[in-house]
Amino acid sequence: MNLLNYALPVAALLPFFGAAVVASSARFHRAAPAWCSALAAFSALLVLIPAMSGVFAGETLIQSWSWVPSVGLEFAFRLDGLSLLFTLMILVIGLLVTLYAGYYLSAEDSKARFFSCLLLFMGSMLGVVLSENLLLLLVFWELTALSSFMLISFWQHREDARHGARMALAVTGMGGLALLGGVLLLGQIVGSYNLTEVLAAGDIIRSHEWYLPTLVLILVGVFTKSAQFPFHFWLPHAMAAPTPVSAYLHSATMVKAGIFLLARFFPALSGTSEWLWIVSTAGMLTLLLGAFVALFQHDLKGLLAYSTISHLGLITLLFGLGTPLAAVAALFHIINHATFKASLFMVAGIIDHETGSRDMRKLNGLMKYMPHTSVLAIIAASAMAGVPLLNGFLSKEMFFDQTVVASGASSWALAIPVLATLGAIFSVAYSLRFIHDVFFNGDPIDLPRVPHAPPLYMRLPVDLLVIVCLGVGMLPALTVGPLLAAAVKATIQGQAPDYSLAIWHGLNVPLLMSFVALLGGITVYVFRARLFAWNDRHLVRIDARVPYNAVLRALIQVATAITRRFDRGSLQHTLAWTMGPAGLVAVAGFVSMDSPLFGNRTLMDFDPVALIAFGGLMLSSVLTVVMHRKRMVSLILLGVVGLLVSLGFAKFSAPDLALTQLSVEIVTVVLLMLALFFLPQHTSGVSSRWRHIRDAIWAVGLGTGATLLTLAVLTRDLSPISDYFVENSVSGGGGTNVVNVILVDFRGFDTLGEIVVLSIAGLGIFALLRNIHLHASLTDMEGRAWSTDSHPVILQTLSRLLFPLMLLFAAFVFLRGHNLPGGGFIAGLVAALAIVLQYLGNGIQWTSARIRTDMHRVIAAGLFFAIATGLVSIVLKFPFLTSTFTYLKWPVVGKFEVASAMIFDLGVFLVVVGATVMILVELGKFNLLQATKPGKHTKGDD
Amino acid sequence: MEVLIATSVGVMTACGVYLVLRASTFPVVVGLTLLSYAVNVFLFSMGRLKVGAPAVIDASADGYADPLPQALVLTAIVIAFAMTAFVIVLALKARDELGNDHVDGEGGKLPDYEEAEA
Repeated sequence: MNLLNYALPVAALLPFFGAAVVASSARFHRAAPAWCSALAAFSALLVLIPAMSGVFAGETLIQSWSWVPSVGLEFAFRLDGLSLLFTLMILVIGLLVTLYAGYYLSAEDSKARFFSCLLLFMGSMLGVVLSENLLLLLVFWELTALSSFMLISFWQHREDARHGARMALAVTGMGGLALLGGVLLLGQIVGSYNLTEVLAAGDIIRSHEWYLPTLVLILVGVFTKSAQFPFHFWLPHAMAAPTPVSAYLHSATMVKAGIFLLARFFPALSGTSEWLWIVSTAGMLTLLLGAFVALFQHDLKGLLAYSTISHLGLITLLFGLGTPLAAVAALFHIINHATFKASLFMVAGIIDHETGSRDMRKLNGLMKYMPHTSVLAIIAASAMAGVPLLNGFLSKEMFFDQTVVASGASSWALAIPVLATLGAIFSVAYSLRFIHDVFFNGDPIDLPRVPHAPPLYMRLPVDLLVIVCLGVGMLPALTVGPLLAAAVKATIQGQAPDYSLAIWHGLNVPLLMSFVALLGGITVYVFRARLFAWNDRHLVRIDARVPYNAVLRALIQVATAITRRFDRGSLQHTLAWTMGPAGLVAVAGFVSMDSPLFGNRTLMDFDPVALIAFGGLMLSSVLTVVMHRKRMVSLILLGVVGLLVSLGFAKFSAPDLALTQLSVEIVTVVLLMLALFFLPQHTSGVSSRWRHIRDAIWAVGLGTGATLLTLAVLTRDLSPISDYFVENSVSGGGGTNVVNVILVDFRGFDTLGEIVVLSIAGLGIFALLRNIHLHASLTDMEGRAWSTDSHPVILQTLSRLLFPLMLLFAAFVFLRGHNLPGGGFIAGLVAALAIVLQYLGNGIQWTSARIRTDMHRVIAAGLFFAIATGLVSIVLKFPFLTSTFTYLKWPVVGKFEVASAMIFDLGVFLVVVGATVMILVELGKFNLLQATKPGKHTKGDD
Repeated sequence: MEVLIATSVGVMTACGVYLVLRASTFPVVVGLTLLSYAVNVFLFSMGRLKVGAPAVIDASADGYADPLPQALVLTAIVIAFAMTAFVIVLALKARDELGNDHVDGEGGKLPDYEEAEA
């Protein structure tokens, strides 16, 4: 087994496992979460290294396993140049952020929670960029939304954090829905959800009649995620997150996921006028809006947030232009933006951490206090402004070049380079503001703390990122060349265009544009005071939160109004309106039937015993209703009904059912009696006369319907599907009791589900009964006080005598279950009854002193046995819960059968015992306290 | 004989439905139990009725009762018990929290509740 064949899924899933480890690691050491988290990211990187050389050579690595072939879902991963570029950004910046966050978070913050959320997010992002199957990609896409929600709302006590996280989730979640629709359409058009096929089918997709809706839906997903106009407003609010989160999510990863999709679908969707118009218009508007608004932010992170929006717009615009060279520029800018923006966010975090403020009106002259950090920030901000010799300059030149190329299309298109330059002017202006306002411009004003230099390990990630900015800026071909080439090839899915990564391209229009932008930016900054005043007068009041909240409120109102029409919060009302129409639907069914109501199967003759039992059943059922105000009587009559039903099962050749029904009946009556002790003994009449009549009509109608339906079926012949089970029971399941073999073997998975439900019910009851105050009636329903006699001697003696016998009987029923009536369910009920009988006969104290087993453990053991049996068969490469059997020969005992299904049945047995005893004993405990202190209400013990 | 079974199913359904529509919790739980009996018997009878058929595989048998509905009903009985137990405890909890045993929590405090409080 070559482990490299699993490298991609392992790398994508490693952070998820890491998250589980990190979540519980804090108890070992304070710094353990950070280290575990770094280790997980680092191992994911290591796992991928062997695969990288091939990808740099232009290969595409695909590792795929079939998952749900009927819907086209495959567990398929893909590593090509584009995925590699994003993978490296996610993991490397992730590692740096981990290092940084270890020092950023304060002692009160739960590091375990932070780092496990961060790893969850990292894994989701890796999944997005490494997915080959689009449906798989969607799953990871949604996971990024969820995990980023948890990261943004990390400081849960802060209202702005909760609000910002909710807004981000709502907007990107809406986009996720749209994306789902778009991807489904895409899959329908292409006939496959695998990227390889989708990317090769560009011509089919573009000429398909569904092209426009597909494009729009996918773009809504992209634009919401990447904060493009008009969905950009969530990003600034998401700045309420801790700064490491912003540095990671809002520079290199989450917002780039949308951009990633643009690049991924570039060969499949681009090249039409729709693409050109929608994508480049959104990009251009976002670029201008972001750059303009960024200048007026006083919060450092606010400035960076709008600057991020602006740069994302720039990248989107480039993809929108649709030429291969524009795609090159876009990919290049993705790398550059990730490096300088991550470092700037980290610097903002350092400043916040060391001074206690992020307000640029207060922060001044920090150069004196933290010179090293200041230099780093100045370099990174210059890269953001597009100053030569830094990486931002190179991709910005390429961008200008492409806008000039695009301007040739028409006279209107001349606006593109002009607007691009305008955006760049503001970009220079806000970068200059970041540098000048924070690090120069006089002295700090009213800072909560005296600024000082940050710890080394907080600064180190910034150092590294800034070195990258410089390295790429000066030696682009040597540093980023190979990676960019691989990414370009994978994005374009064809011949890569000729491009040069040189610093100097001669005196040309793009250089002129850069020059204009630098000069213009400086001018704008110099005259900023007037601009700020104008902005304060006119623009500051625009808050995206207002319309967003209004839309949200309207949605909730509509939803509530609709819900209220159907659900008035009354069980009686809901049930009556469910059952009534259900009956009417049934009437419609009977009326529209075109064959006679009854078939002509020969029916069985009556026999006198059956008639008597039937009479008893009728009488006790009806009396249960008639006497329902006297609850005790009603309950006893209910028991009679149950016993008669069990006799019926015995009569009609179903001994297993008879045994089960009998034992369940006893347990049910005991349970209801225990509960009744704490409820009123009478039902007082509260319903109106009209309601009684209406309910009686419903009841009689539905009862008649049930009778007719049963009779209609029973008078027809049956062609059962169970012959298979009967024929294969002995040969395949190794048992002659077909019912039991179905339960533990043929349909074992169903049974597993059922015992899980039983366990959950037991645990649910246990939880409900914690901290409950129960109030017993002082008297019985005749008004007599309760007897306080201790337990009757005869019952006491007999129950103790019976205990071993009953357990022996349970074991007997269990062992013979596979071949004769019996099995885990019945044996479990019998054993539970044996235990409950001890409680009834000897009292809670006596019994719980002797039976100390914690029923939680019994349930857990039962589930363990049942699931382990299934897992063993998986390990042996059979489907889950496959069973086997063999015959053993022991002296004295003789030849007997051993089936693996017996272990499963043992699990069933244990769950039934555990849940049943737990339910009854938890409730029974209260009676003990009640009996010793009559009249006082009791408090459940915790 | 089939008529008897069909009638039993009908009567248990009718009684169950009537009780389920009551306003207090206890009759509702009793009604639910009755309804689950009715459903179980109904499901069981879908395999058609057979008297005296062998319960286990036997070479000399000339036919069996349909085992599939039996297996379904067997687990249904146990699950119905779990559901009944859960609902009755829910009723106890509701009484503790709301002070009465009305299914919608209406009707104020019950007299004996106040007595116990006092």
